[in-house]
Amino acid sequence: MDQGTGMERGRARRGDWVQIHSVVLSVGERSPAVPPETAAVSLELRLKGFALAEAELGAAVPVRTAAGREVRGTLVAVWPRYPHDFGEPVPELIPVGGELRAILREDPHDR
Amino acid sequence: MMARRAAIIQRSVGVDYSLFERGRLGFDYEAMMAEAGYSLEQTRAIQAETGVGRTPLLELKTLTRLVRGFARPGHGARLFVKDEAANPSGSFKDRRAALSCYHARRHGFAGVIAATSGNYGAAVASQAAMRGLKCIVVQEVFDSQGLGQPEIVEKGRRCEAFGAEVIQLTVGPELFYVALLLLEETGFFNASLYTPFAIAGVETLGAEVAEECLARTGRSPDVVVVTHAGGGNVTGTARGLRKAGAEAAMVVGASVDLAGLHMASDTDFNRKSFTTGHTGFGVPFATWPDRADVPRNAARPLRYLDRYVTVTQGEVFYVTEALAQLEGLERGPAGNTSLAAAMVIARDLPAEQVVVVQETEYTGAGKHPSAQLTFARQQGVEVCRGAPAANVPGKRIAIPRRPEELSVTDYPLADLRRSYLKQAVKASGVTAVGQADIAFLAEDTRGTFGEVVESLEGLGVRIGEE
Repeated sequence: MDQGTGMERGRARRGDWVQIHSVVLSVGERSPAVPPETAAVSLELRLKGFALAEAELGAAVPVRTAAGREVRGTLVAVWPRYPHDFGEPVPELIPVGGELRAILREDPHDR
Repeated sequence: MMARRAAIIQRSVGVDYSLFERGRLGFDYEAMMAEAGYSLEQTRAIQAETGVGRTPLLELKTLTRLVRGFARPGHGARLFVKDEAANPSGSFKDRRAALSCYHARRHGFAGVIAATSGNYGAAVASQAAMRGLKCIVVQEVFDSQGLGQPEIVEKGRRCEAFGAEVIQLTVGPELFYVALLLLEETGFFNASLYTPFAIAGVETLGAEVAEECLARTGRSPDVVVVTHAGGGNVTGTARGLRKAGAEAAMVVGASVDLAGLHMASDTDFNRKSFTTGHTGFGVPFATWPDRADVPRNAARPLRYLDRYVTVTQGEVFYVTEALAQLEGLERGPAGNTSLAAAMVIARDLPAEQVVVVQETEYTGAGKHPSAQLTFARQQGVEVCRGAPAANVPGKRIAIPRRPEELSVTDYPLADLRRSYLKQAVKASGVTAVGQADIAFLAEDTRGTFGEVVESLEGLGVRIGEE
């Protein structure tokens, strides 16, 4: 159980919003146009939907997507959170505003 | 699958591209554009129904003053920006999505599909929601370690916020193969970025720039700077400018320089801090537009570019900060590629001239200089203050120390034209061409008849009918 949300995240119940994973193209099936480092890995797919059955993480589960399709894959996350944010403060950017205002104050057009 | 491709495309776009083919390697571009079937006035009306367009044209007075501080006396053109972030999903891409979703609805499709990792996904999702259509967006998001590019993760979130199904893939051009399978499975409309609908939708942006600039300043824009990636922004804007009477406006394309990074590389993927507006799309789509997901790309930037320049990642982050700090507009970063170039272009023009930056895009978590630079550092990319020349794509991002360090690098259009002709010969397999083919190639590259003949002869192609 996730302490912050009260959500069970180790297994999916029917109706939970989950993320599934599948391999679309295995190594050897990749496009001849891709460079070697890409040809050496499979093309993977991740997709979210509502679980249509109970499942443990790592087990196969069917989901209903937002567009109404039924898709099967390996359960990788239950109630997945968005991982992205605004990042760390950037020392190379934070002074820029002050520097530019100082330049404008020195500008003869500004007097 | 690939054998069924042509039939799937024709059904899902509703355009029979074979009708426009001419000669050995040409096609009738204007006839294809007319096939979209929506005039500029109809497009404006359709876009108005869903709140797209009529965005504010803002004068960047403080940035103009900043530029004049390091321009020669009497120089430093007035800078304006079209605040396209004011569109419903936060970018000019709503214009591209608007006609496709309207057309799909009108022709009874149950949903739309778009293969895109950019703002276009959110635009299609938003327009689809407004038109009561289902929507699937196919994105390239992760490397093989499952690490997502933050800018694309955010774009995926926004698609989901508008009710779309988002297919998130690892790196590779097979994204288009996945989209094709989905088009076949669902029977949805193909809201490709490269159909006549998608390009006609951008023409209203060029037209608004022309009309508003004239109304506000008493003159047509002298230069319009466009962030260039797949070519639709350049093509649609330039066509709109011409339709609204601003034929004399110089159209400058600007891309972030990502030379040396391979766009289909699993290991290079997360070493770039811009996922669009860069040379990795800008150059290949200019030199071979028909690499797109439709047989004939309606975005043909070489027809419209008067000049093509590149800027560095560090410069775009710097002007993104300047735009927020001095003008109170937190936008981009990728959409500010054209702003970085515009500040340099404006520096060299007389003060009475007008330079228009024709877009902004929304900012959010993941899609922000601090998010991108934090991620870059985590990938081992060095971030420092320094001259633009110190930037090395995938290795070092140098943020300028002073505004006068901003610069542009010209990418010669002649090089793009030569590369285009080479690709055209290779893709078609022709060994001889006729007058009509040469005329098409000259038109499509904006080169002269003589230049085309000279290049073709250099490629071993025989001139004259068989």
